[in-house]
Amino acid sequence: MSVPSSMRQPMALRLSSAGFLAFWCVIAAFPIFWIAVMSVKDPVDAFAANPFEVIFGPETVASGRGLSIVSIVVGIAVLWAAIHLALNTLPRLIKQYSPPHLLVVGWIIGVLVFALGFLIVFFGLLPPVLSAVNTVLGPFGKPILGMTTEHYRAVWVDNAFYENFINSLIITAGVVTVSLTVGTLAGYGLARSGSNLAFWILIIALVFRALPHSVLVAGYLPPFINSAEILRPILGDAAPTLYGQPWAVIAVLVSINQPFTIWMLRSFFQNIPTELDEAARVDGCTHFQAFRWVIMPVMWPGVITTGLFSFLLAYNDYLVCSLLLDAQNQTMVPAIAGYFNRETTTTDQVEAVAAAVSITAPLFLLVMIFQRQIVSGLTAGAVKG
Amino acid sequence: MKYKTFAAFVGPSIFLMLLFIAAPLISVFFQSFYITQPVFETVEVETCTPGFPTQTCVTEQKTQPIIGEDGKVVTTVKYVGLESYRNVLEPDRAWAALSAFDFRALLTIDFWKALRFTLTFTLVTLPLVIGAGLLIAVVVNNASRLIRGPIIFVSLLPFIITPVIGALSIRWLFIGDGIMTAFLEWAFSQNISMFAQGWTIELLMMFYRVWHVAPFAFVVFYAGLQTVNQDTLESAIIDGASRWERLRYVIIPHLMPLIVFISLIHLMDSYRVFEEIVGFSSQAHRISLQWLTYDFLTPDDSGNRSISRASASAMLTMIGIVVLLVPLLRKTWRDHKGGRV
Repeated sequence: MSVPSSMRQPMALRLSSAGFLAFWCVIAAFPIFWIAVMSVKDPVDAFAANPFEVIFGPETVASGRGLSIVSIVVGIAVLWAAIHLALNTLPRLIKQYSPPHLLVVGWIIGVLVFALGFLIVFFGLLPPVLSAVNTVLGPFGKPILGMTTEHYRAVWVDNAFYENFINSLIITAGVVTVSLTVGTLAGYGLARSGSNLAFWILIIALVFRALPHSVLVAGYLPPFINSAEILRPILGDAAPTLYGQPWAVIAVLVSINQPFTIWMLRSFFQNIPTELDEAARVDGCTHFQAFRWVIMPVMWPGVITTGLFSFLLAYNDYLVCSLLLDAQNQTMVPAIAGYFNRETTTTDQVEAVAAAVSITAPLFLLVMIFQRQIVSGLTAGAVKG
Repeated sequence: MKYKTFAAFVGPSIFLMLLFIAAPLISVFFQSFYITQPVFETVEVETCTPGFPTQTCVTEQKTQPIIGEDGKVVTTVKYVGLESYRNVLEPDRAWAALSAFDFRALLTIDFWKALRFTLTFTLVTLPLVIGAGLLIAVVVNNASRLIRGPIIFVSLLPFIITPVIGALSIRWLFIGDGIMTAFLEWAFSQNISMFAQGWTIELLMMFYRVWHVAPFAFVVFYAGLQTVNQDTLESAIIDGASRWERLRYVIIPHLMPLIVFISLIHLMDSYRVFEEIVGFSSQAHRISLQWLTYDFLTPDDSGNRSISRASASAMLTMIGIVVLLVPLLRKTWRDHKGGRV
């Protein structure tokens, strides 16, 4: 398509906007990129004042931990092959071997197997092979780029960060499932009812969305701590102490998230024409059957998007988890506070950086896979409302 | 849809919101008027030390908490009226400071310090977020289609990152002799330490918030730009409008509802500023209203949580939320009555 000359941009404008875009991309990505670089370096290199020392890590190389040219080339090749496999071969295999009605299960199993295989090859198989190759190659096998995974090992193995990871996993999985189940029902009801009551429920939900979470936690804490005594008359000796229970936190996070969830799902449901449910009703479905067998199959994009945002809320939460769970079974984000408050030595600091990168990595993957859904979710509330 | 079906669909969600949002709110309101304390008793204790010719005995009054049969400290709940609010607000000291026009003294009181920071933070970041988001959206919209996808991907990273981790990643650039501090020291050739005084931390916190929220504004504005009426733009060009005039008189009015939307969301969210305080460990210099409540709720060295003071500060925080929401609710109500929803 040719652009009319009146719409064409002058050179100065194009240059300055290109410059601005480059500037913004650097600002947006740099802090994240930089902590990833810091996390694989010796503490002396990681906190060096000279940026080149941080990137190349002379101290790390001097202590014999680094990558040679051969290792870098092989590593990039393996990464590229893995991405190629993940984008092309994996979807085909999953489609071929999983029965159509179990496609979701097929995907989950496929992705897990792929991730496990990648981890074994990249971190288990590659390092010993490459170190053997490097000793043979001589000058080409000399390490030039400092790189060490010892901080990750310290965080995940020695400090048992995997326990926090499992807690995070339980809580996010619980929050996403429950809030989607409850939320889709409510969102559908609200989208299909034009009554005043529905309007007021939405407005009250909007007010609830604005509440600071600490206000709510101030209300939860006393009953949660004393819940065993409060519930004893009803439940007898089985009455649980809600404080420190992951499922209590799940219930709290689901409720806090409900206002946002129902607003978003409602706007997705409104995009589905009412004629669809009417047709189903004429054919003799009840409201619930119409919802389950006619509307839900076309609602998946909206449900996935809302699920992503529920996931983010639960995964990123600091305040609720740190107050309602005790120190022994924290999730990842509050647990990291223990690292950077303790940071007495620079090694502790780099371990905190490694823990931070570990928390960020799943989010990075999430943006890569679901970029389209995230963008549609961000604009769903704004453009249509 | 019949009322019964509607109730069946909406019921679980309403139940959760009532149980975990509305009920805690009411209980916080009542908690703020009561205080739970251990019951103390005064006992006479006689301690004797060996002496000559007789033992020296001292009798003293000791106050100690009563231990109940189950081995726990016995507590009572007492109605104290507005006492907890007074403890949080410290009206006497605040008034003395105000009447002497001594703002420094006023800002030594935690609540007023937190209020000052929260309001400054909210109002300073608001125009920056709108401006940055708009600028990025307009520039990306002018860029070639090929690079838009990657730019949106990179832009989403600051938005999606865990807030505490995002704040930490910025902090690690500046801490001690981190590379950004080293760069600034080289540029201004003087010694800089970003975490030694309050205002530099405050600047970093504001920078972090803009970095974190601008992508959201950008994506929303970018989606809005796709729906700008091309005919209006063309007629503006024919009428001889420059680029700036087209932006000012065609594009910005078209985006106005979105700007209002982003402002509201941003006001609500940045009024709740909290994660920055944790990430930058700024509690010695700067605290926010939500952090104040959090701090009261965290057990102190002897393991006590000051629930009643936390409730009082939570209720005071709520006043701000109500002020923020009233214009929004009035507008929605008017739209609803006008039948436009």
